[in-house]
Amino acid sequence: MSRSGAVKTLFVAVTATVAAVASAQFYQHRHHRLPIVAGPAVTRVADLSEYGAGLKNTMADTKVFFLEGKEPGGHVLIMAGTHANEIDALLSALIFVENAIVEKGTVIVIPQLNHSASVYTRPGDGYPLFYGIQTPWGTKEFRFGDRGASPLDQWPDPDVYVHYPDGQLLSFLDARNTNRSWPGRPNGLLTERVTAAVMRLLAEEHVDIALDLHGAETMFPVTNCIVAPEQSMRIATMVSMTITAMEGFENHVEPSPKGFRGLSHREIGDHSKTAPFLMEAPFPFLDQPTGPKTHDLLMTGRDPFLLSLAGQQKLFVPYDASGWPVERRVGQHCSVALEIISQYSRKHSDRAIRISEVPRYADLLRNGVGFYFHDPSKAKPTRVYFD
Amino acid sequence: MPPIMIVYYVICLFIVGMLVWNFIREKDDRQMMLLYLVVLVPLVLRILRIH
Repeated sequence: MSRSGAVKTLFVAVTATVAAVASAQFYQHRHHRLPIVAGPAVTRVADLSEYGAGLKNTMADTKVFFLEGKEPGGHVLIMAGTHANEIDALLSALIFVENAIVEKGTVIVIPQLNHSASVYTRPGDGYPLFYGIQTPWGTKEFRFGDRGASPLDQWPDPDVYVHYPDGQLLSFLDARNTNRSWPGRPNGLLTERVTAAVMRLLAEEHVDIALDLHGAETMFPVTNCIVAPEQSMRIATMVSMTITAMEGFENHVEPSPKGFRGLSHREIGDHSKTAPFLMEAPFPFLDQPTGPKTHDLLMTGRDPFLLSLAGQQKLFVPYDASGWPVERRVGQHCSVALEIISQYSRKHSDRAIRISEVPRYADLLRNGVGFYFHDPSKAKPTRVYFD
Repeated sequence: MPPIMIVYYVICLFIVGMLVWNFIREKDDRQMMLLYLVVLVPLVLRILRIH
């Protein structure tokens, strides 16, 4: 073999090894199965493709959990994983699925709305591929996702994303963002098919209120808040005031802008009879000026650069050396969701929804998030679903 | 898989072919050899649908 041939062989071997190691990690991440233990109130588990045939046999198909009470009442839809890197939404949704007792009405939960985004993340930005939540029975491991659907499932991105049906020109990045693709269309992009399927679910299941759970940067003004369109504003305002008075944390109200299309809090309200609410908990991991994107930052929200910026009043939320830990963020989501349901039920007694056994803010601060997850190895196999 | 996605996979395959061809033809410049291989990695992973 010539010297050039030997060098080439060596280079190919080294490159192939690096690529093989990376491939194995990416493959493991994309195919990691998250066990969800169906709680006592879960009466039915469906695939979202039952409401949109265009999702069948795609990575965008996802589980829909129905928690039906003995007494008929209203219907609430809880959506998490619209942005799969905003982990507190998923954790909160799973707490509802695994713990809630529904006495009246129906709670519908979609833990990973943009399922394709949950099987893709940003290793190039130093994001961890997985994260773990400590529970009494061990560590529950989750895939860390991304804001948009995987390019393996929806590719290429257009130069400009044209929103349907309004025709508004949006960033090319938002073509894979399910919170820019509402109300969607059954034969459109994969993300549009997801939202179109949810719109059909809202209509067929007569959903009264829809909660879309998110996390937002501490440097972004729309954080630590409820975003509400006109028809949801009164309830959102009551929730904000009640939460501040009774639970000791602030959660202000932001009006849903009419001119910014594709968002759940705008399009669900405009295209259905459902009243939408979008909930944002502060999520320091997403802020740009932080240190390394480590698992510790994901869990604690503690970062010295953000602390320095807080001292200069550059953040939109109170921030100190304790950061913004996961139990606090999830606690906020659980309390706000429960309070929205409670306020809606007070105003619509014929469509009331009554839930118990879901922890609130103080419970999560006291017990942590993992306390509320059940061991899938101890549960009946027929009650464990993989998403 | 929508038609536009198939077209992009075909483009990907074409670029992979060009890079492999250039890598084979390169005799002296080790930096260029390494560069061809490094650029090749994400394209090969995309064709194998690993991301």
